Order: sequence, then structure tokens, then C-alpha cells
Amino acid sequence: MRYLPLTDTDREDMLARVGVSDIDALFSDVPAGKLLKGPVDLPRARGEIEVERILGKMAGRNTAASAVPFFVGAGAYKHHVPATVDHLIQRSEFLTSYTPYQPEIAQGTLQYLFEFQTQVAALTGMEVANASMYDGSTGTGEAVLMAHRVTRRRKAVLSGGLHPHYTDVVKTLSEMANDEVVALKADVSANEDILSQIDDSVSCIVVQSPDVFGNLRDLKPIAEKAHAHGALLIAVFTEVISLGAVVPPGAEDADIVVGEGQSIGNALNFGGPYVGLFAAKSKYIRQMPGRLCGETVDSTGQRGFVLTLSTREQHIRRDKATSNICTNSGLCVLAFTIHMTLLGQSGLTRLAEVNHANAVKLADLLAGVKGVSVLNESFFNEFTVKLPKPAAEVVEALAEKGVLGGVPVSRLMPGAGLDDLLLVASTEVNTDDDRAAFAKALAEVL
Amino acid sequence: MLNRQGRPTQAGEASHEEHLTFTGNKALQQIEPLIFEIGHHETTGVDIEKPAPFKSRLGKHARQGEIGLPGLSEPEAMRHYVRLSQKNYGIDTGLFPLGSCTMKHNARLNEKMARLPGFSDVHPLQPLSTVPGALELMLELANYLMTLTGMPAVALSPKAGAHGEACGMMAIKAAIEAKGEGATRNVVLVPESAHGTNPATAALIGFSVKAVPARPDGTVAVEDVKALLGPDIAAIMLTNPNTCGIFEPQIVEIAAAMHEAGAYFYCDGANFNAIVGKARPGDLGVDAMHINLHKTFSTPHGGGGPGAGPVVLSERLAPFAPVPFIHVEDGGKLHLIESREEAPEGNKPFGRMTAFHGQMGMYVRALAYMLSHGSDGMRQASEDAVLNANYIRAGLADLMSLPFPDHPSMHEVLFDDEWLKGSGVSTLDFAKAMIDEGYHPMTVYFPLVVHGAMLIEPTESESKASLDLFIATLRDLAMAAKGNDKERFTSAPHHAPIRRLDETRAARQPVLKWEKPAPAKVAAE
Repeated sequence: MRYLPLTDTDREDMLARVGVSDIDALFSDVPAGKLLKGPVDLPRARGEIEVERILGKMAGRNTAASAVPFFVGAGAYKHHVPATVDHLIQRSEFLTSYTPYQPEIAQGTLQYLFEFQTQVAALTGMEVANASMYDGSTGTGEAVLMAHRVTRRRKAVLSGGLHPHYTDVVKTLSEMANDEVVALKADVSANEDILSQIDDSVSCIVVQSPDVFGNLRDLKPIAEKAHAHGALLIAVFTEVISLGAVVPPGAEDADIVVGEGQSIGNALNFGGPYVGLFAAKSKYIRQMPGRLCGETVDSTGQRGFVLTLSTREQHIRRDKATSNICTNSGLCVLAFTIHMTLLGQSGLTRLAEVNHANAVKLADLLAGVKGVSVLNESFFNEFTVKLPKPAAEVVEALAEKGVLGGVPVSRLMPGAGLDDLLLVASTEVNTDDDRAAFAKALAEVL
Repeated sequence: MLNRQGRPTQAGEASHEEHLTFTGNKALQQIEPLIFEIGHHETTGVDIEKPAPFKSRLGKHARQGEIGLPGLSEPEAMRHYVRLSQKNYGIDTGLFPLGSCTMKHNARLNEKMARLPGFSDVHPLQPLSTVPGALELMLELANYLMTLTGMPAVALSPKAGAHGEACGMMAIKAAIEAKGEGATRNVVLVPESAHGTNPATAALIGFSVKAVPARPDGTVAVEDVKALLGPDIAAIMLTNPNTCGIFEPQIVEIAAAMHEAGAYFYCDGANFNAIVGKARPGDLGVDAMHINLHKTFSTPHGGGGPGAGPVVLSERLAPFAPVPFIHVEDGGKLHLIESREEAPEGNKPFGRMTAFHGQMGMYVRALAYMLSHGSDGMRQASEDAVLNANYIRAGLADLMSLPFPDHPSMHEVLFDDEWLKGSGVSTLDFAKAMIDEGYHPMTVYFPLVVHGAMLIEPTESESKASLDLFIATLRDLAMAAKGNDKERFTSAPHHAPIRRLDETRAARQPVLKWEKPAPAKVAAE
């Protein structure tokens, strides 16, 4: 077995040194009859060639986003990642390190976490950010729990524009902890009456912008009313590149901002691993979940970085911790940070502009297809179209024509009666040819 | 040292002996400023063409003003992050004996497979007809996990071990509620020696926690568990092999006692890597167990993740598994069940743990590892991991103290600081001195039930020669610590890129992001 360095001679010598006759003597605490006599019923070891063949075959049965005109979004987006990013994150010292428990030999990790926290705070317009969450959806669940701790209330109000998977994650957590959740009905027009839900019993209002239908939302009035009633505004985004073009939630007085960072530096990966961004007002840092990296000095006065404020965490506070999280998405954070560093403000702004321009072009084009209407007034790189047929059928028919044309709303919200709606996303990777192919194929299948 | 904007790159004054050079750099150990100190908001490392003029649809939401993000050109960014990488220790750098965390060889084949466009470049919501291979991979991974654990069901989607714990405990809670006992069964037993995630998880989902004492030999006694059992007990969360590196000898009796009392047995599977192919949790009476793919199946954990925490479930809990899951339809066609509404007859999913389908990138890596090892290799890997840990134990037991000498160590060996008494050297000092010898320290001060704990996990990745050198090094350090060489320890590390860091200061005056220094402040310094 190519990964195992011990030889049979080594094993014999070592067993003798340990003072046992055979390896099973070291498993003597396993109850009688429970120790397996031989290998379980799975295939034996295979060489690299065969593993590549087996997995290559499975991979080959999937349609890769880059192989076709591709317009699928709804919380995960196809973007171009510079070659440098994947090269750097595969540096052994990054790829094969662990959580930086020994800061003197983990300054590489710690410094990029500090850079990440600063970038996320700047992007969201917030005062502090943590060193990442698993992803945007679980981060949203944690944000709700954090709001409960801050306000000592246990009722969350979720906008109908929140990604339904995010809503489900919050509901799952809340139902288990007997907390109350009011999830407003999905409303593609973004005219839901969220303000009337806010009273003195509410701990937080969770609003996504751009929302799951692509609408840009006005957060300020919600923040104002929430604050007047002692509640927090949690602002969510699933497309971080939008922050290069739109007013950041911090400028609208959000208390906690949480979002998905996959778009920067990270591949689609069929849903994960992704990276959750989490930022807040600094008065709440001791209630934040997850890891935090802080600046300090070493014994000679040189600047260095460490994981800090660990007295919030599970390994110290156990059942009183702010969360049960003991990791972050380190390597995905690194990819995010490198890509964001390459972009810089000017690159991010340009990237956002191209995303928006491509989406506008596509919306105009699709609106010209007979029977199709674009429902959004304002949007960033994703919008909703109404079709004369169930969107799920249309998407399948488009796939047969070699176009991946978006996400049927019915897939996200089965039974909501929104079967004729299709979410369409466009990014910098789409070309005029892609858009033309989409519009042509759509006209054909309708 | 000043950056190119003339700002200091250090928060404090460095001493003169540290500044032997004009730059403050020491050959390959270079001081690396933050991107905010070397970058510029006009600089970019990507070329993106300006779009032709178009009519914006952002409305009143368009952003105004600066974001405050510096950029670096590609060569600058490359150099910055390569230099940062050189300040990190990884398993490819050397032995990384972090017990309870597990750092084993990260095969690059796994990386290569995960980067196949058919896995990395597929969207979770593209039509299922365009991703049959992805569903097949998930099903295959599920089959491997179920076979290795002897359990009938698995929930793949949890994103980390602690997330998996929550998933398993939610399934237990759902099962209890289905029996109408939700209001009364609300206490979870957690041994004192457990990972902090266990009590945190139980609390997260509304259980209260009762501690089970540790026996003097480091294990949990079935009598102690039985004494706590009653109609209020929902479950026990027991780590096996436990955090002291010992296989719980009474695990079968504990499971039986839980079941008899109408409660469930959650097994923290963080240390499953000790017994893969040797014993199956399903045979021991486990109802739910998470598996940290990065620990047991060698997916990389670059600086803190991403992890992945699939949970295997017993027959009693299987119906409650969260969405999404793969459903094999009549005729063998694979379908992904994504919502509670679509769940086939007999399934009562308790909800959803995360958006989309979980950590696909980790599934591919773990499966590549499993295929490479095969059933024979995985069994051998567990045996080698256990042998290596006991070999280290045998090599050090005469110098360092073992708190629990009566049980064989599994994949990790636990020492305490009894042997350091009177030396003036603490566990932390000893750990920092290991850095000077070129080793990442072991896990220190965990488990909490042992004073000054040192938990060493070599894993199966280490050769005998590597272990021999490690043992010899620790013996040398141990003798120095017991001798009069206190200074070597208390001021260690001496040879790391940075000296010992002031963690108290970081916590008392938290600085969590870079702030542009005020000009007056720079002058004052």
C-alpha cells in the first residue's frame, strides 16, 4: 500500500519493542467478538491508475459548467478564478496545515485570516468580521442564534426573499431549540410587508439582498424599525461580488451581515466546500460564533497573529459557548483572500460591473423571447423570468439542447405555486454567443 | 521596519538583537507586511475588460465611494502568499503529532480527483439529469461509510465534525419527539473527558447537559452511567476511542443500558481512524456517529478546514435523516431528495443542515483515499496508527508519565505533566521547545481531565525511522527539562519565524482587523 511506510519487518520489530505478540493485543479493550477477523466487504487497494479511471468515469458523466452556456445561480455562482489562486492554496504549508493552535509556526495561516477579516469588514461595511463560517446558510443560522443571545429574545422573522435552503437551515436549528421562526411567504415582487412583523418580541429580522429572486432590497427602513424595537437586522447575501457594485449592508445599519463567499476564489464543487462570511458591529464581538484572529506581539515586540477571544468557544465554555463550531473554512478563506487581493478595489468594482452588464444584456435578450417576461425592477447579476410553461420542464429541455439555463423556482420552493418562474444568473464568464444560444434555445423550447 | 508607504509594519518595538539586518529579514525568514500595507486600491492582478456602455439596473442601490480594498499585481500577490506559506508548518513539512486532530498524509491524487471538472465545476442546482456521476459518487461514498461502520444509513451533508454532532443529536431529538417524549427527555450525558463540542452541541439544540465522571483509569464505567439514567435522559455522547486514547472497554454495556432506559447512544467518531476495518460502531450498539472525513479519510484541513462530518445512523434513527439524500428508485435510477415534501414513504427528515448537498469536494477526496487503500489497506492503516502510537509510548514511558497505564493506547498516546513537577518547565514550554527541534507540538492541555496533558498522535503516515528520531528528540528534550536547562524551554521557540506570542494581550485589547494608522500616531511611535 503506497501510503503506508512501515514494512512487515518494521512491524515485527516494533511489536517486540512494545512488548506484545501481535497487533490485536493492542486492541484488547475491544469487547469479545466485536473485533473483526479480516477486512470488511469492500474492494481491495487500487493503484493510482485505477483510482483515476474509476473517478474519472464518474466525473465524465457530469456536465461541467465551463463546457456549456451556463446560467445557473441561486446561491452558488460560476466565476473565473485566476490560476494563481489554485496554485497558491496547494502550497504544502497551506494545504497540509491544521488549525493554528501553535501560532509561532502558523503565522502564514493567521496572517491570511487577519487579512480576510479585514477584507470582509471592508466589503460589508462592518466593524469586525470573524475568520469564516462553513458557508452562508449555516452562518445565517448562527447569526440568528447570536441575535437571540444579544437580545435575549427567541423569535426570528425571515424575509420571503431569503434563499429557501437558508430558511430551512434556520428553521431546523430553531425548531430543535424551541425557538420561534416566522418565515414570510415567498414574494417575487419584493413587496412583502416585513415592517408589520417587527415588535418588541422579535430578536432579529433576516433579509437577503440581492434576494433569492435577484431583487435589490432597501434595508435601511427595516434596520430603523428593528432598532426602535430592540431587534437586530441580519443582512444576508449569496453573491459576494454584488458588494462591488451595491451599497454595503453596513451602510444601511445592519447589525450582523452574513453571506456566501464561494464566488471569490472557490469553485462550484456541486455545493461545497464553500466559505461563510460573517461580520458584525464591534459591540457584539463577544457574542460572535466561530474563530477570531487577532493581532498581538511576540516576546521581542514583533507583530504577530493568534486565535483570540477563545473564552467564547466550545473548548473553554463547553455548554455555554457561543457555538459548537471548532473549525472554520481555512483553505476556502485562503482562496477567497488571494482572489480578493488580486482583484483589489479596482478589480472587484470592474468585475461587478461586468457581471451586472452581462446580466442586463441577458435580461434584455430574454425579455425579447415570445412569452417571456423579466420580473425584477432592480437586480445585480441574477433575475427572475416568468415563462408560459413550467420552468422545470423548460430547464430539462434546454439541457437537452446543451444549455444550462437557470434554476426553476419550483426546485427551491416545491409546492409554492411558482412553477412558471425561472431564476437566471449571468457572470463574467458568459459571452455574447452564450447569451444568443440561450435565447435561441429558449425560443425553441417554449 | 517601514513599508513602502513609510508605515511601520510592526505593532511594537523589536529588540536590537533581533534586528541584525537592515530589513529585519533573516535570509528565508522574511517579515511580510499585510496586503493593506503593500497594496494599493488602484492596483489589480486581474485583467477584466471594461464593458460597453449599458443602462444600469441597480437603481438607487449603486455603491458610492471607496471600498478600502488594496490590490496586488500577480507577481506581488504570488510573492506575498508564498512568503506567508513559508511561515507555516504542515504535515508535508514534518511530523505533526496533533492528537485528537489527526494529521496524516494528504495524497495529491485526492486533490487531482477533486479538481476534475466533472466534480469541481458542477453546480448543485443544475438539472439532476446532467449530474448522474455526482449522485453516483455520493451513493458510493455512503456505501463505503455504511459498510465500514456497520450502520444502515448515513447523512452526508454536515459540513464539519461539530456540524455532524448536531445532525446526529437532531436525529435523536426527532426520534424522541416522534415517540411523544420531547417534553420529558431533555438531558444528555457527556463524560468530563469529552470534546468541548459535545456539550456545546447538546446545548445548541436545547438539551441540558449532565457530566459523567471519568474513572481513575480514563474510561467511563457502566455503573456511573446507570446511576444517572432515568426518564429524563435522552442520550449519551461518548467518544470512542475516547479522548484519552483508550477504547472504552464497557461500550457495549453502556449502549445496552442506554437502550434499556429508552435513550440513545451518540458516539463521537472523531477517533474512528483508530478502528477502521477493525471494529464497527454498528456492532457496538451505536445509534449515531459522525465521521470527520479529514481525520479518518485524509481530506486536507488547510489551516482550519474545510471539514466534512457525515453521520451514520442506526435503523431507529434512519427515517429522520435530514435532506438532501440519495434515493435509489425502482430500476436503480438515482434521485436526490431535496425537501421534506418530496421524501419517499417512511422517511421523516428532521430538516436541512446546510444549503445544497454538503461537501462534495471532500467526498471525492475521501473516496479517492478509500479506493486507494481498499478494505485491506484501511485495516492496515488503523493497525499501523495504533502500532505507531504504542511504539512512541514504549519509547518514552520511562521518562514521561502516563496517567492511564492500564490500557493500551489506541492511535494516540496521552502523557501528563507529573514528570515535569519541580522542573519549572510547563507543558506549554515543552511544546514550544519541540518547535525549535523542527516538530509541530502535540496537542496540549487536552483532554482536560488530565493535568498538563500531552496527546501525541503519530498516525500511520510515519515510518519507523521518523518515529525513532522523534522519540530520540523527545527523550533529549525530556532529559533537558528534568535537568537544569529551564531557559531553553521557557523562552522557546528560538528558531521559529516569530518568538512566543502574547495571547493575553490579543484577548484583552482585541485587534481583529487592520486599521490605517493615523499619521500623528505614526509620528509619536
